[in-house]
Amino acid sequence: MQANVEKNFFELFGLPVGFDVDAADLATRYRDLQRRFHPDRYANATDAERRLSLQIAAQINQGFQTLKEPLSRGRYLLALRGVSTDEETDTSMDPEFLVEQMELRESLDEARHSPPRREQLAREVDALLRTRTEFLGRSFAGGDSEALLRARELVREMQFLKKLARAIEDLEEAD
Amino acid sequence: MALLQISEPGQSTAPHLHRLAVGIDLGTTNSLVASVRSGIADTLADGEGRHLLPSVVRYLKGADPVVGDVALAAAADDPLNTIASVKRIMGRGIDDVKTLGGTLPYEFAPGESGMPRICTAAGLYSPVEVSAEILRSLKRRAEASLGGDLSGVVITVPAYFDDSQRQATKDAGRLAGLPVLRLLNEPTAAAVAYGLDRKAEGVFAIYDLGGGTFDISILRLNRGVFEVLATAGDSALGGDDMDHAIADWMLRQAGVGVSGDPHGARRALRDARAAKHVLSQSAQAAVCVTRPDGSVWHGTLARAEFDALVNPIIERTVAPCRRVMRDAAITAADISEVVLVGGSTRMPRVRERAATIFCRTPLTDIDPDRVVAIGAAIQADILIGNKPSDEMLLLDVIPLSLGIEIMGGMVEKIIARNSTIPIAKAQDFTTFKDGQTAMAIHVVQGDRELVSDCRSLARFELRGIPPMVAGAGRIRVTFQIDADGLLSVSAQEQTSGAASSVVVKPSYGLSDAEIERMLRDSIVHAREDNDARNLREQQVDADRVVAALESALAADGDALLSAAERLEIEHKLSLLRSVRDGTDVACIRDGIDTLDRATREFAARRMDAGIRKALSGHRLDEFG
Repeated sequence: MQANVEKNFFELFGLPVGFDVDAADLATRYRDLQRRFHPDRYANATDAERRLSLQIAAQINQGFQTLKEPLSRGRYLLALRGVSTDEETDTSMDPEFLVEQMELRESLDEARHSPPRREQLAREVDALLRTRTEFLGRSFAGGDSEALLRARELVREMQFLKKLARAIEDLEEAD
Repeated sequence: MALLQISEPGQSTAPHLHRLAVGIDLGTTNSLVASVRSGIADTLADGEGRHLLPSVVRYLKGADPVVGDVALAAAADDPLNTIASVKRIMGRGIDDVKTLGGTLPYEFAPGESGMPRICTAAGLYSPVEVSAEILRSLKRRAEASLGGDLSGVVITVPAYFDDSQRQATKDAGRLAGLPVLRLLNEPTAAAVAYGLDRKAEGVFAIYDLGGGTFDISILRLNRGVFEVLATAGDSALGGDDMDHAIADWMLRQAGVGVSGDPHGARRALRDARAAKHVLSQSAQAAVCVTRPDGSVWHGTLARAEFDALVNPIIERTVAPCRRVMRDAAITAADISEVVLVGGSTRMPRVRERAATIFCRTPLTDIDPDRVVAIGAAIQADILIGNKPSDEMLLLDVIPLSLGIEIMGGMVEKIIARNSTIPIAKAQDFTTFKDGQTAMAIHVVQGDRELVSDCRSLARFELRGIPPMVAGAGRIRVTFQIDADGLLSVSAQEQTSGAASSVVVKPSYGLSDAEIERMLRDSIVHAREDNDARNLREQQVDADRVVAALESALAADGDALLSAAERLEIEHKLSLLRSVRDGTDVACIRDGIDTLDRATREFAARRMDAGIRKALSGHRLDEFG
């Protein structure tokens, strides 16, 4: 038994499939969907409806998480178009990007005990992420297979940068 | 029947009596029960006008246990049989309890399934049973003041409680015979009490320092939706720690050793707590210690000394506050209100510290002891369906990441902390041996990388994998967290589609068999007829199913079912109605199950229709 929610997340949220998503509009749609399907709305319903509401509410949450962040949204869009980002298995990256990453990691080591330098580094990584998010939007707008490969590369690079951003945060937490 | 019925999904359209629902704050030091009456939520008092029930249970040989003030009064004289602060050991293993050892004066014995038992004059009791005793006492109070059986209960837990602590709390509710609708996080309950009161919008920080736990949560309020953005805390930090710090200081000043005298330690704790309360208003407090030789030490605890003793404890709340703002991706400037919850926030030093962390004066106008129970009562009232048109919705998060053990004792995270619940995540596993038919999986909760630094939740065994060559079997394991924050697991082999069975062994919980046995024991104890209780439970369940289905049929039966389909469902419905008033428990259960199977397709169609309807409010040109 399954409700017909085998739709993709864009369809679930009533949005056109594409990279440009308005964050405020997405949040409004999310709240409207949860208002209707959250298990709390089914506390007095039949068992079948209660199970379904749990399943659908979980899907709405996962959809919101996926579409909210540019990185996960990009990865999801690629998957919908049959392109896997293979972050686990394919480790080949643009050499220039790798050199840049190594330098950033070195700066991270140096900034380990200096909060101002850590903040500086966090801003740098953030700027790199933002440029890539912008390029990613353009690549998806392009739509041809070359643009999709470019998008795949960008998503993979963003994954690296996100990990770096998290490492900086962890340092702050360890303080 | 009415001519036209318009219903919200899941809400009964049948005009029904106001059903009795309560919220319970099961606290470390004190517990409360609250209810919404004539539209106003308030805590319920006992026969003598007292709202707070001390969370203390005293076990006596050959007599019923006593709960509350009477038990508390005996704590210093009978420390081994008088159990206080049991919440600190809910869902904990015997090793955790030993670590807390110095602060708990009881004797422990290992239980059947990793859950420790406390040795008392009346026998061995698990923390779950002790908590159930407190809940039973509140249940009696509520039934007496509301004048009837309870239909639904919401019990609050610290947001930072892990799965085993939540499961233990739910088990205690079940053991006490309470119809538990939901476990609700304490800070979320507090936000409900404040938010609904003020019709507020914006970002709230809830700083909750109770007797034994600290929680900090960030919520966004938007048109009745309470969305928890992030939560952090420490499930073993609170006013109790301050009492111990003060008691240790007193004993040191009196030249008495801390260990070896449970009576003296309990008395010192009691006096330390009294001194702490005095110092919330005065600049100093008089204290005394009776030494084992009978001589008495008299002294004064001044504010400066007191602050020095409690400061290290208060400072431990700062790091979680910083982390929660980072996780919620906000800064202190984004926060519109700070709410203080928990008895420990009465202390001026705690208020000052909370104000400096968030750069604003906190709200304290609802009694910090009662605000959680009041919020829980509001939620219970809505869940039971007394306010069908209410737009309020709570979206909570899982406080700690959930993962599984992989090679080398490392953790692979499956669900990240602060993910909104309910949530489901699937993970694929491959067989690594030819003909492998079973697989063991260890689930842990926590944010560290090593299994040994996380809490062990459960071990699962997948069985019934069809034999295949190594690597060919692919098993998809789905981890689902429900709206109570509780985990369940299912598994399916992907190539053959065969469902593997999942056997769950909770690391620190009670097995179903143990709960059954405790239920039986408690019923024998209460001289209640087990069969009668079973029958009543099934009848209540049948009534719920019948009412829900009638309302669904009235709303969507014509639109979504063919005449034949509808006839079939109504046939099964009338079968259930006809067995409902009988005395055959199995027959009623069977009727419920049959009806459930017959209505699955209808439920799915209603959900689909709901999705279409939910989206129809948005602009049509947006559909791509």
